[in-house]
Amino acid sequence: MSFEYEGSNIETDENGYLVSLEDWSEGVAGKLAEDEEINMNDQHWEIINFLRDYYQEFQIAPAVKVLTKAIAKKNDIHKKEASVFLYDLFPNGPGLQACKIAGLPKPTGCV
Amino acid sequence: MEDIKGAGSSGDDKENLDNEGKFLNHTPILDELEGGKWPSFISGFKELAERTEKPMIRGVMDQLEYSYKTKMGYWKGGLVTVKGYGAGIITRFSMIKDKFPEATEFHTFRVQPAPGLHYNTKMLREVCDIWEKHGSGFINMHGQSGNLQLIGIEQDKTQECFDELNQAGWDLGGAGATVRTAASCVGPARCEQACFDNLKVHEKVLKNYAGMTHRPEFNYKLKFKFSACPNDCANAIMRADVALIGTWRDSIQIEQEYVKEWIDEYGEDALFDQVVNMCPTKAISHKIGTSTIEIDNKNCVRCMHCINVIPKALSPGKERGASLLIGGKNTLKVGVNLGSMMIPFLKLDTDEEVEEFIEMMDEIIDWWDETGLDHERVGETIERVGMKQFLEAVGIEANIDMIVRPRDNPYYKKEYESAT
Repeated sequence: MSFEYEGSNIETDENGYLVSLEDWSEGVAGKLAEDEEINMNDQHWEIINFLRDYYQEFQIAPAVKVLTKAIAKKNDIHKKEASVFLYDLFPNGPGLQACKIAGLPKPTGCV
Repeated sequence: MEDIKGAGSSGDDKENLDNEGKFLNHTPILDELEGGKWPSFISGFKELAERTEKPMIRGVMDQLEYSYKTKMGYWKGGLVTVKGYGAGIITRFSMIKDKFPEATEFHTFRVQPAPGLHYNTKMLREVCDIWEKHGSGFINMHGQSGNLQLIGIEQDKTQECFDELNQAGWDLGGAGATVRTAASCVGPARCEQACFDNLKVHEKVLKNYAGMTHRPEFNYKLKFKFSACPNDCANAIMRADVALIGTWRDSIQIEQEYVKEWIDEYGEDALFDQVVNMCPTKAISHKIGTSTIEIDNKNCVRCMHCINVIPKALSPGKERGASLLIGGKNTLKVGVNLGSMMIPFLKLDTDEEVEEFIEMMDEIIDWWDETGLDHERVGETIERVGMKQFLEAVGIEANIDMIVRPRDNPYYKKEYESAT
């Protein structure tokens, strides 16, 4: 599968995740978010940037547990609240949706 | 994929399976499963398929027939969720959807039953109707996980189906690294041996951990089970990380007139064979020629055998509560574990006492979440870092009654006292 963005052809896997991390740009992320019916705001971008930084450092997407704790720490809230916060931003699960918008591969296994 | 192509002999797939105008294709290997003495799931599949004519069921049967022929399984996982939920749907995608397009998707909904599996017929009818409308119609009651398992739905239909189920009062169960769907025995609702209201505790725990059930964020799964007496009908000691098992701390209640009645009916030999000699700690005595029994309650290990044999004469003591055991699980990083005794006696009668229990669980879950490794159950974490560290961290005082198994191996070590 693939889609057009600003004249270039961007390849995705069968579930709509980018095949190549290099194809990602903020514009592409916006297009991906549109497909997921998400209106991106600053809070969304914060998560997306966190995921991309993490991926660049460790070559793997963070476990949801790690993401939740990081968000809790960053915003100075309890883990339970952080979890609700994440699911409010990405209703189908931060694992599935945020990774897709961040251009990371689809998380595998039971998340 | 080469294996799959090579496995079926050439050209036999579609033509020979065609079944003269009938809805289902020929499945000779599956048909063999209907031949035995017992009810067969294949008969159920066929009945439902012929009645509903859902292509999905036909596809799954064709793929299963092919699986039996090639001795390979062709389902793979993935991620399917509904809005706001990270868990609750178990995915099943076909690896050979080109061969069996009708079997492309066959996901499972895990739906939480009420504590003690108490339903009313209205709710059951509703869940059946909703499921047959959106899914395959198959319902598994109940899977090992304790859930009502609704088997067979396509990804596109999950949200709509969930919304309808939710409107009818149902909620999804746990899957993955969450607090899983809890299980209870029938409890005080239908059993006179119940030592605490496990159904009430179950309901409160379920409500308190609803968020942690739907959004996976732990190291691994965490299971609660509640058995209202030491018979442990919910299998809590084996299958739950957190097991509450009813118990009592005074003496077994004896009504000697019913002991006499029992002896008159079955004889003294039977009393020795079935009760006195079966007591694992030899705590029951009976003098020949009399019609009473005595129980040395200090040595009773709450095995429930005597109470089960003479339920009319014997019943659990009057001061009832529950024991908390932690760490039961099947083979994982280390072998099978039974739950370990953590709190020998907990009162769980009032709402405050149940709240206190939940607060203690929050404490334990928090500790495990911080300390545990990926894919490590709470019992394994305790085994790895040590009981002492665990108890100190969660603020439970060490007690001589905390044991691995009855009459054996206390964790507690008494301070050395010099002889002088």
